[in-house]
Amino acid sequence: MEKTIEQIKEEVLKELEAASDSESIKALSVRYLGRKGVVTQYLRNISNLPKESRPEAGKKANQTKKKLDELFKKALKQLASSSYETNNRIDVSLPGRVTRRGSLHPITQITQQICDIFIRMGFDVAEGPEVETDYYNFEALNIPKNHPARDMQDTFYISDNIVLRTHTSPVQPRIMEKQKPPVRIIAPGKVYRCDSDLTHTPMFHQIEGLLVDENVSFGDLKGVLTTFVHQIFDPETSLRFRPSFFPFTEPSAEVDIRCVICKGDGCRVCSHTGWLEVIGAGMVHPAVFENVGYDTTCYTGFAFGMGVERIAMLKYGIDDIRRYFENDLRFLRQF
Amino acid sequence: MKVSLSWLKEYIDVDINVNDLANALTMAGLEVEAVSDRYDYLNSVVIGRLAKIDPHPNADKLKLCRVDIGDRIITVVCGAPNVKNDMLAPLAIPGTCFPKGTILEKSIIRGEISEGMLCSEMELGLSANSDGIMELGRNYSVGFPLNKALGLSDPVFEIDLTPNRPDCLSIIGTAREIAAFEKKKVTYPKICLPESFDDISDYTSVTIMAPELCPRYAASLVFNITVGPSPFWLQDRLVSVGLKPINNIVDITNFVMMESGQPLHAFDFDRLAENRIVVRTAGEGEAFITLDGKERPLDPEMLMICDGKKPIALAGVMGGLNSEIEDSTTKILLESAYFDPVCIRKTSKKTGLNTDASHRFERGVDPKGTITALNRATQLIAEIGGGKLIKGTIDEYQNTFTDRMIDFSVTALNRRLGTRLDINDIENHLKSIEFEVDKIGNDRLQVIPPSCRVDITRFEDITEEIARLFGYNNIQTTFPLIPAEARHPSKKIESRNRIKCLMTGLGFNEAINYSFISKLSCDRLNFEPGDKKRQMVDVLNPLSEEQSAMRTSLIPGLLETMKYNISVQNKNLKLFEIGNVFFDTGQKDSLPDEVEMLAGLWTGKRVDTVWFSREFNCDFYDLKGVIEGLFGNLDIVNINFTRMPPASCFYTKPGFTAQVIVKDKYIGLIGELHPKVLSNYDLKQTAFIFELNFDRLINHMPGTKSVSPIPKFPATSRDITLIVDNDIEANNILQSVTDLNEELVENLYLFDVFEGDPIPAGRKSISFRITYRSSSETLEDSRVNNLHKSISDRLLKKIDATLPTV
Repeated sequence: MEKTIEQIKEEVLKELEAASDSESIKALSVRYLGRKGVVTQYLRNISNLPKESRPEAGKKANQTKKKLDELFKKALKQLASSSYETNNRIDVSLPGRVTRRGSLHPITQITQQICDIFIRMGFDVAEGPEVETDYYNFEALNIPKNHPARDMQDTFYISDNIVLRTHTSPVQPRIMEKQKPPVRIIAPGKVYRCDSDLTHTPMFHQIEGLLVDENVSFGDLKGVLTTFVHQIFDPETSLRFRPSFFPFTEPSAEVDIRCVICKGDGCRVCSHTGWLEVIGAGMVHPAVFENVGYDTTCYTGFAFGMGVERIAMLKYGIDDIRRYFENDLRFLRQF
Repeated sequence: MKVSLSWLKEYIDVDINVNDLANALTMAGLEVEAVSDRYDYLNSVVIGRLAKIDPHPNADKLKLCRVDIGDRIITVVCGAPNVKNDMLAPLAIPGTCFPKGTILEKSIIRGEISEGMLCSEMELGLSANSDGIMELGRNYSVGFPLNKALGLSDPVFEIDLTPNRPDCLSIIGTAREIAAFEKKKVTYPKICLPESFDDISDYTSVTIMAPELCPRYAASLVFNITVGPSPFWLQDRLVSVGLKPINNIVDITNFVMMESGQPLHAFDFDRLAENRIVVRTAGEGEAFITLDGKERPLDPEMLMICDGKKPIALAGVMGGLNSEIEDSTTKILLESAYFDPVCIRKTSKKTGLNTDASHRFERGVDPKGTITALNRATQLIAEIGGGKLIKGTIDEYQNTFTDRMIDFSVTALNRRLGTRLDINDIENHLKSIEFEVDKIGNDRLQVIPPSCRVDITRFEDITEEIARLFGYNNIQTTFPLIPAEARHPSKKIESRNRIKCLMTGLGFNEAINYSFISKLSCDRLNFEPGDKKRQMVDVLNPLSEEQSAMRTSLIPGLLETMKYNISVQNKNLKLFEIGNVFFDTGQKDSLPDEVEMLAGLWTGKRVDTVWFSREFNCDFYDLKGVIEGLFGNLDIVNINFTRMPPASCFYTKPGFTAQVIVKDKYIGLIGELHPKVLSNYDLKQTAFIFELNFDRLINHMPGTKSVSPIPKFPATSRDITLIVDNDIEANNILQSVTDLNEELVENLYLFDVFEGDPIPAGRKSISFRITYRSSSETLEDSRVNNLHKSISDRLLKKIDATLPTV
C-alpha cells in the first residue's frame, strides 16, 4: 500500500479546495470515487491486508468514502446555489406599477383641517350662498349703507341690493334667524372682493365662526382661538390679541401670531413687525342680535373669521396667492 | 395717517423708546404699520471738505469745487457765494431724495460734470435759510452722514386707523391715547386771541338751509392779511406728516386740522358775493369747479357752501376755484363746521374726491371742537399772516349736540369680558381717556364720553374701552361651557369631502377656478340661444371682461386650466372641481339659483409613460370608468349611460356623449369635447369631460347598507359569442339576458367586442360570460348546458344575431 486512507483524504481536501467550478469537482469525484477511482481501488486492495486488520481498515475506508461523497455533493450544491442567486434575479430598482393618486387642493386640505379642529370643539359646519343680499352681507351685520366701514371691503355688485359676499359673516345672521341659542357654527366658503394684486385675488376663502349662549365672555373667545392657533400651527406658537374694529363685534380683536417665518425677528412676510395677523374676532355686537331677534340681555357670543389662503400660505410656504387659482399641475401635485 | 414724534411732543411728554411706543399704540388699537425716520434722506448727505475751488471755465458765477468726502474726492459745480477753501459743508450724493420730492442726479452744468450738490439749509429742509451753502463747524468728521453728525432724528409713525376712531385722526388725538397708557396728561395748546376790531355781524352772516346736513357752521374774519410762504416751523410740521406747504393761510388750516382733527377752510372774503355764507343742497343739474380745476356735476344730495349767489365749496370735501386764497387776498373768512357724515361720504363717493377733510367728516369730527379749532386757526392767522381780527365768531348751531350718558353695571361688564375688575379700576381707566364718570352705588357707573368719541354710544362700546385699557392680553383665557350634544353633520358637506377623496383616489387632482368667467364663454362653449346656461349673472363692476359673469358651468374654468397647463408643458391632466354655478332668475334684486356641480376633465395619456406598457391616449371609457368607480364607491346603483341625442350635444361631440342617468333621473353628462369648442379655446389636443349635478348625485347615496349572504354552493360559467349589427348597443344584449329572469343566472360579464375579419362588415362580435349558481345545490353540468343553450336560442330569436361560424 503506497498511501494510507488518511493521506488520500488529505489529498482530496486540498484539491477540492482548489476546485472552483462544478466540472473540476465532478472530475475529482470520478478520480477518487469512480469505478477506477483511488478510493475504490483502495477498498479493493483491503482484501490483500492481513485478515485481522481488514475489518478496521474497511470500516475506515468506507467512512472516508461516504464523507468524501458528501463533501463533493455539498461543494456542488454550494456552487449551484450561488450561481442560482447570481443568475436568477429581477431589477428591483425598476419603478413599481403605481396607480397615481390625485390630490386635494391645498385650500380644501386646510379648510378641512380648520373645520376638524372646531368640530372637535363642538362646532357644526354651516354654509350660505355666495351671492348675497346687501342686507345679510352688510346691514344685518351693522354695516349701514354709506358707512365708512364699507371701505374695508371692496364689493362686487350684481345689482344695488345683490352682492358677491365679501366675507362669510352673512352666514351668522342667516343661521341665527333659524336657530335659537346655543349656536356653535363654523362656516367655510368662497368670498369675493374687488381687488387683485400680489397679495389679493378677487376670490378667496374664509372660515367664519360663531358661538352664542348665555354667559359667553371675551375670555372664552381667547380660549377657543388660542386652542385653535395651537392646533393649526404649533402648540408653542405665541399669539396676541389686540384691539381692532369690525362693525359687527364689540369689543373687536385682531389675533396675531409670532411670525412663523422669522420667529419674530422681522422679515418681509410679517412686514418686519414679527407678527402675522391671522384671525379677526370679537364679541357679537348687540345690533346684530337685535337684527335677528335675540335677547341681548340674555345672550352673548363671539364671532371670528380667518382667510384660508393666508393660513395655507404660512403652513406651506406659498409666496404668491395667485398660485391657488392657476391650478398648475406641478403645484397641485405637491399636496 | 402719519404722526411725527417731534410734533407729538408738543402735547405730551413721551419718554419711552420708539419701538415700545409703536407697540403700545398698536396694542391700544392704533395699529402702527411702520416707523421711519423722516431725516433718513440725510443718510446720503455727507460732510464734505472743500479741498480746492476753481472758477468754472464756462460760467462766471459758478465754481468748480473739489470736495473731500472721506473715501474719495469729487468734483461739484456750485454757485453759492460763500464757498471757501477748507470749509466743511453738507454734500448731497446723487440719489438723495430731498424733502420736497426731487431726487438728485449726477449732472453736467455748463459742460462740467457735477458729482453731487453742496446744499443750503433750506435745500436740506433744515431751516428757511437759503443764503449760501450750510457752513458746518470744525468738529465734524468728513464723510459722515449729516443726520448722524447733527443728531437729527424724528421718528414718524404710520398709523392704520380703523374707521371707528376719527378722534385719533390728529396729533392731539394720538397724544390722548398715549396719555392714557402712559398715565400722563395732554397739554392742549393755549389759545389767546389777539386784539380784535369791529364786529363780525356787521360784515357777514351765515344761513343754513339744510340744518340736518349741516348742524353747525362757525366762521371768523381776519382782514389785512398778507398771503405768503409759511414760516419754516410751520412748513416743517406739515412736511413731517407728509403734507405739502402751500401758503401761510392754507398751511394754517392744514396745521390745525392735523393738530385737532377739525378740517377748516379759508375763503377769500372779497370774492364772496354779498359777503355772506349760505349752506344749501345743490340744485338738479348744477355744476361746480373744485380747487383742482375740474368741473363736478352736482345733485340734490350734495351739500354746498355758497355765497349770496353761487356755490363756493363742495361742503366738507373740497373748496372751489372761485373763492380760492390767492397771493392778492387780504381778507379771509374762516370756516369751521360739522357736516353730516353720510352726506359727506355720499358726495365723496359720487365725485371720487377723497380728501383729508372728507375722510374726517365722513367718520365724524368732534361736534364740540368747532369753535376751539376755529379760534386756534384765527389766532395763528393773525399771528403769522399779520392781520386784523374782526371781533366775534358766527356760530350757527341750531340743535346742539347733547352728551350721551351711558349707564352700566360693573358686573355686566366683567361678565362680558371675563374679567374681575373693580369699580374703581374701571372708573380710573375711563377717566384716563377723559370720560366723565359718576359712581352710583357699588355696581353702577354713569359715564359721559368726550364729544370727540363719536364711536361710543352704548354699553358694549365701553367694554371695548375697558378691555383695551386693561390690555386684551391681560384678560384671562377661559373656555365656554357648552352641552356635549352630538349632532348630525350635514350630508352635503360630508359627501363633498368623501367625493373629493374618492376622486383623488381615482387619480384626479382637485382644481379651484374663479367663480367668474367671461361672458363670451357661452359662445365659446356653443350654448344654444335658449340654453339655461346662458342665464348668466353679470357682475356690475368686474375687474376684467374675462371675469365679468358668474359661471353657469364648471367646464369653462377647467378648459382655461387645461389651456394654462398645456402652455407650461403639463399635457396629461386629470382634473376635477366641485363648486357652485349661478343662474339668473330673471327677477330684479333676487338671489340667483346656486347649484353645486362636480366636473372632471381628462386629457392626454391614460397613464404617464411607463416602462411596462405602451402609451395610450385616454378615451371615453377611461372617464366613464371613473364615474362608475366613483358611483360604485358611493353605493349608487342603477346607473345608466344612455346616448345623448345629437341635437342636445353642444359642447361635446355627438355620438361620443352619454347622459348619466340614475333611477331615471338625469344627473349630468360625459363626453368628448366638441372640436369647435377645442378650437374656440385654441386647444390642440382633445379632452373628455363630465359634469354632474352634485345635489342630485348625493341624493342617490343610500343612507344604510345591508350585507348579502356569501353563496354556499359553487358557481359555474359559460361563454357566449353573438354576432350582431354594429349599431346594437352591448347593453341591449345584456339587458335581454337579464329580462329573461332566469333564477340561476347570477352574473353577466362582457369580455370581448370585436370588429373586422372574419366578422362581416357592419357587424361585430360580442362575447360575454354568464355565471350560473343555485342557492340550494351544486349545479350539474347537464343542467347548466341545457339552460345555456336555451338562453342562447331565446336570444337569437329576440335579437338580430348569429352565432359565430367557426
